[in-house]
Amino acid sequence: MYISAFTFGGGYVVIPMVRKSFVQKKKLMTEPELMKIAAMAQSSPGAIAVNTSTLVGYRIDGMPGMIASLVGTLVPPIILLTIIAVNYAAFRDNQIVAAVMQGMEAGVAAIIVDFVIDMCKAVAKEKKLFCIVLIPATFIASFLFSINVALILIACVLAAIVESAIRHRKRKVRNELT
Amino acid sequence: MSLLKLLIDFLQIGTLSFGGGYAVIPLIQQVVIDTNGWLTMGEYTDIITISQMTPGPLAVNTSTFVGARLAELPGAITATLGCVLPGVLISFVLYQFFRKKSENLIVGDVLQSLKAATAGLIAAAAATILLLLFFGVTDIGAIQSFGNYPALVVFAVCLICLRKFKWNPLIIIGASGAAGLLLYL
Repeated sequence: MYISAFTFGGGYVVIPMVRKSFVQKKKLMTEPELMKIAAMAQSSPGAIAVNTSTLVGYRIDGMPGMIASLVGTLVPPIILLTIIAVNYAAFRDNQIVAAVMQGMEAGVAAIIVDFVIDMCKAVAKEKKLFCIVLIPATFIASFLFSINVALILIACVLAAIVESAIRHRKRKVRNELT
Repeated sequence: MSLLKLLIDFLQIGTLSFGGGYAVIPLIQQVVIDTNGWLTMGEYTDIITISQMTPGPLAVNTSTFVGARLAELPGAITATLGCVLPGVLISFVLYQFFRKKSENLIVGDVLQSLKAATAGLIAAAAATILLLLFFGVTDIGAIQSFGNYPALVVFAVCLICLRKFKWNPLIIIGASGAAGLLLYL
């Protein structure tokens, strides 16, 4: 069980991989349980993959499972990226590598823009004016005015609490009237 | 630069990065480039590119790389743990909490707004990356002349392939690397 926690080091496809090995093959948890874990992992900060695998580890084997999953998910990328980072100077000075990297930078920029479009579409689908206004507001605050990102996020949390409280009170009043 | 400061800074990044791996991009940029000047924007763009092409979550890869550049293996471990621990703990608390209780209305609203805010912040980070890519500057006021047409072409073609034809990002990275080899060597 521990060893299997170590095997899923990759980040891209954690949820399908967990489904395959823990739900279908080993029957250690059910599909709705996994979906609930995925939702929790997504609403928390940080990498979704890391959050998902630690919760799966906890669900299967308590604290030891959680720690084993965390170590298992982190060790492969830490080793790989440290090796690349330490040799970065030599790596970057290589002409071929530099050309490939320059091309990839344009590709990566496209991937990030694509992701931003998807995210904006998902927000627009909720049809909540407050959330839709937040996207250009945070963009302008960060890009044009260079306001600290942490401050922007804290301001958004406060605004969201106020907005949510007002909206729920309004609904309550309306329900009492009718 | 001490490991303790690195840990505290990455704990802050980890706590605020709502919305998955891409959310760390503007946050790390803030701490590592704007506030502390540990890396240049050019180095940071390289790091994002390398993190994208290696397996593993982007947030983990990026913080490992930044940590390793600053203080080798101890730095890598410190930065990565700082980045993931808040998320792991918060998701654990949420899991324990919501196993018994049903959804809390205000918490749900706040999380939804945070997702929207994060979208704007990632867009701002993307805009900075595009400025660097096309104009070689990181500030919109510093633009002098349009320089990099090949990058614009590669970017546009990649974006079309992603949006219209739903290509896998890994294929995009491979193809744009090959394009770079043809264009710049």
